[in-house]
Amino acid sequence: MGRFSPRSLLLGLAAPLGALAFAVLVCAAILGVTGHSPLDTVDAMVSAAQRPRTFVNSLNSATTYYLAAVAVAIGFRMKLFNIGVDGQYRLAAMLSAALAGATFMEGLPSFLRVAMTVVAAMLVGAGWAGVAALLKVTRGVSEVISTIMLNAIATYLVSYLLNPARLAEDRPGSNNVGTRPINEGGQVAGLEIPGSSSQLFGLVFLAALVGFGYWFVLARTRFGFELKATGLSESAAVASGVSVKKMVLVSMLLSGAVAGLVGMPQLLGSSYSYSLDFPPGIGFIGIAVALLGRNHPVGMALAALLWGFLDNSSNSLDVAGVPREIVGIMQGVIVLSVVVAYELVRRYRVRAEQRDVGTALGRTKTAEEASA
Amino acid sequence: MTAGSSTGARHASPVRRARKIAPWVYFLIAVAAVLVLSAVRVLAGATDLTSSGTVQAALTAAVPLAMAALAGMWAERGGVVNIGLEGMMVLGTFGAGYAGYQWGPWAAVAFGLFLGVVGGLLHAVATVSFGVDHIISGVAINLLAPGAALFLSKLYFADAPGGGQKQSPRIADAPKVTVPGLSDVLGTVEGKHWFFVSDVAGVLRGLVTEVSLLTVLAALLIAGSGWVLWRTPFGLRLRSCGEAPTAAESLGVNVYRYKYLAVIASGGFAGLGGAFLAVSSGQFRDGQTGGRGFIGLAAMIFGNWRPGGLATGASLFGYTDALALRGSAAVHALLLLLGIALVVVAVVQYRSGHHVLSAVAAALGVLFGYWYFASDEVPAELVGAAPYVVTLLVLGLASQRLRPPRMAGEPYRKGQGK
Repeated sequence: MGRFSPRSLLLGLAAPLGALAFAVLVCAAILGVTGHSPLDTVDAMVSAAQRPRTFVNSLNSATTYYLAAVAVAIGFRMKLFNIGVDGQYRLAAMLSAALAGATFMEGLPSFLRVAMTVVAAMLVGAGWAGVAALLKVTRGVSEVISTIMLNAIATYLVSYLLNPARLAEDRPGSNNVGTRPINEGGQVAGLEIPGSSSQLFGLVFLAALVGFGYWFVLARTRFGFELKATGLSESAAVASGVSVKKMVLVSMLLSGAVAGLVGMPQLLGSSYSYSLDFPPGIGFIGIAVALLGRNHPVGMALAALLWGFLDNSSNSLDVAGVPREIVGIMQGVIVLSVVVAYELVRRYRVRAEQRDVGTALGRTKTAEEASA
Repeated sequence: MTAGSSTGARHASPVRRARKIAPWVYFLIAVAAVLVLSAVRVLAGATDLTSSGTVQAALTAAVPLAMAALAGMWAERGGVVNIGLEGMMVLGTFGAGYAGYQWGPWAAVAFGLFLGVVGGLLHAVATVSFGVDHIISGVAINLLAPGAALFLSKLYFADAPGGGQKQSPRIADAPKVTVPGLSDVLGTVEGKHWFFVSDVAGVLRGLVTEVSLLTVLAALLIAGSGWVLWRTPFGLRLRSCGEAPTAAESLGVNVYRYKYLAVIASGGFAGLGGAFLAVSSGQFRDGQTGGRGFIGLAAMIFGNWRPGGLATGASLFGYTDALALRGSAAVHALLLLLGIALVVVAVVQYRSGHHVLSAVAAALGVLFGYWYFASDEVPAELVGAAPYVVTLLVLGLASQRLRPPRMAGEPYRKGQGK
């Protein structure tokens, strides 16, 4: 990724843009076949994009998605597949919400409360990911399988704990159940955006910080170098003295810790309690965003924004008479076509490099080169 | 079929099957399991543990899981990991809902199968032709399929009589068969509550009373898959693509074609699983699969990538499902069963020299036993987690006995093998 040439830049952009265009075409075709107007859909989405409220909501969703993507990407960079981000963030959000809403926390200073909540979430996330890491390191169990199982176990664990007899209380007037609401002192204030009724999550800065940290650790530290080396060639990493087991353990714990943060912007910035309607499935969106953004800190931010915008514009599609589920189809097609596009571009690159090497080797030296 | 490949298989078999367990051992294990079950039933007073009603419910719950597991096995035997099972099952449920309410249960099964095949084809194109990472493609299909199913259900079911935006109109159930005479005799014996005898009668009665033809079909498909994959040249070639694709290529097997067939079959079975689920619950609903694709994957791992094993795994997981529906006394007894199973694992591991694992298994077994004796019931919310916990325990404690297809999940490009 280090050297930039016009060709590598163009190829880098070709895959995501091509996939996006392909997805738009597929969705237009689906809409056309099912008797909806693709142009109306575009029109509805464009007018949604111009509303400040959509913008703020998209940014808020993107904050959450970005954190999930970074959590996934930490694993991806060393060929670890943390499918368990989903379970990790839900368990972490639930337990830290219970902690943050507890009565004994109310006497503490605001900063300390928020910090404790966030740290608790990171610890829970890391702990849950640690189970998978431990199984992999000691017993060689594939982290894909174990995290799938842990996701499901987390679902049942959360529904067990989210019970009025345990960590939750009934919400009067509805059949919702949630943890005790976090009062003012434990919340993170949002930012007012002119023209919008909703506020921007205060923890958007946390996401930016995590993104920066991700970049810094990978690009500027020895640990990051070893992590990437392990991902690119395990045998080479072992030969240079890297303990792969240690790397698996540490990167899985880091991934889990970041996954623990995923629920925080929503919890401390808007819902103030973990209840039955806390958004599920963000871990899988994180996988999609990390793929789309190629594990790059900026690329993932752009992908998260796109994802957030698509999600939030779906509300305005209903008004235009287009089923909002078309957005889900579009997101799925984007992911599938973007991975295919990256693979095609990768093959093209390999061929181009081989061609370049071939021409360089096959060429006889010029007179100047020979004399030099 | 060429002579070369068949003799090759025969030469290889004694080596590979040195540790193969004879059928009578399985029979003994089954008898021992029922003995333990009836002992626990008497001890815990949980009659539901072996009642024919539980067995019937378990069978119904197990069939979609077994189909998902079979789907996973077909794909992985061909060398492709299929995490997209859940998504393909969702497609199957929608297909069953769409065709089922209009043309009856068999149309539901056929159309569910067809949509599953479409999902499988998508996965095959991505993983085999384009060489996309199998897990990534599977995750993408899991994202795509529920969205597509919901979109289509809004389109086709919202205005249908008895349908809604997220559910189809009713589907007629498939015909059910009962073995006449035998069922009544077994019922009489079951009612006596004799130790062991009544338990066996209860289990047998559950297996011969009101059995859906879909269940019969599923059993045939499992047996048929075993026969095709392990007893025909086609199956040998397909499995060779999962074990050593470059070797298969050097012998003239068209690896791409076999991988395509494996993944398409996988999608078809997953679609069938979804269709069976929709038909047996009477309609398509959004979110109906509820992670069954993943439980199917778990059952496949539990069953060591073999048809008999995955059927056992699916039955076990279906059984816990059924017990959860039956109430807390039976579920509470599950804790004791799990404890006993873990102690058995501990003994087996100790005898094969894995002392640390044995200690861990024994400790966990004692812990479950303690939980049983120290509590009066298991919270209903936790029961659903049992299949996943059991799978993690199997992976953690007995993984040296598991042997997945060697090259499952590995990328393969024609002519680039080393």
